Amino acid sequence: MKRRTFLQGTIASSMVGAAVSAGLLTPRMVLAAWPESAFSAKNVDDALNSLVGSVNHSPNDDIKIKAPDIAENGAVVPITVSTSLPKVESISVLVEKNPSPLAADFKLAANAEGFVSTRVKMGKTSDLIAVVKSGGNLFSAKKTVKVTIGGCGG
Amino acid sequence: MAKKSIRIRAQIKGDVTEVKALMSHEMETGLRTDKKTGDKIPPHFIKEVVCEHNGKQVLLANWSVAVSKNPYLSFKFKGANKGDSVKVSWTDNKGDSDSDEDTIK
Repeated sequence: MKRRTFLQGTIASSMVGAAVSAGLLTPRMVLAAWPESAFSAKNVDDALNSLVGSVNHSPNDDIKIKAPDIAENGAVVPITVSTSLPKVESISVLVEKNPSPLAADFKLAANAEGFVSTRVKMGKTSDLIAVVKSGGNLFSAKKTVKVTIGGCGG
Repeated sequence: MAKKSIRIRAQIKGDVTEVKALMSHEMETGLRTDKKTGDKIPPHFIKEVVCEHNGKQVLLANWSVAVSKNPYLSFKFKGANKGDSVKVSWTDNKGDSDSDEDTIK
């Protein structure tokens, strides 16, 4: 299984390489390689360590997570993260109790507002954690979402 | 690839443009098993979404299988004008990709 994922990754990256040489993609897009190890990490600390190189994030009231208190269907949990912090470089969304907690990582350009909204899957009742990188520091917010039907597995 | 897998709406209010995008993709986790055969269904999911304003990257999203089926993405940015183009492109773990553009209203 691991090997298969690895092989797929290799094929994907070689295809990206081909696209670059064909001039289809700009180098900028390629620099941001998909953080494989962060996404396969099995707990929040490992994922953060691999993604941003640190597990130290301080809770901050300027980060707001909008998500339901109770999600009837864990396969579709709407989440909106907004922050008034300055110089937001990235926003990461983690679901603490998912098999692999890191759900999504957003890299924001300088003119982007500190706002992202998406929908994630949650295996069971868990904390949603939003980690915001602002001016080189990590800040976070948490919200517990109760899940009545899980969104992982079949 | 499926025809037109992305729907985009970009609207400007004041100096902030809000972009909403809906992609159609199965976002298979790789954790589920086929009930008939008992085999694992291989993962198939969008890994990367690039959002551009007039050709300049505004947002890059790296996703895992934990993003819901038919993913929804919304973000906001400054410095755009009515009529500017907003482009959203995705690439999945099988190397498939799609992109679509909309003008800011």
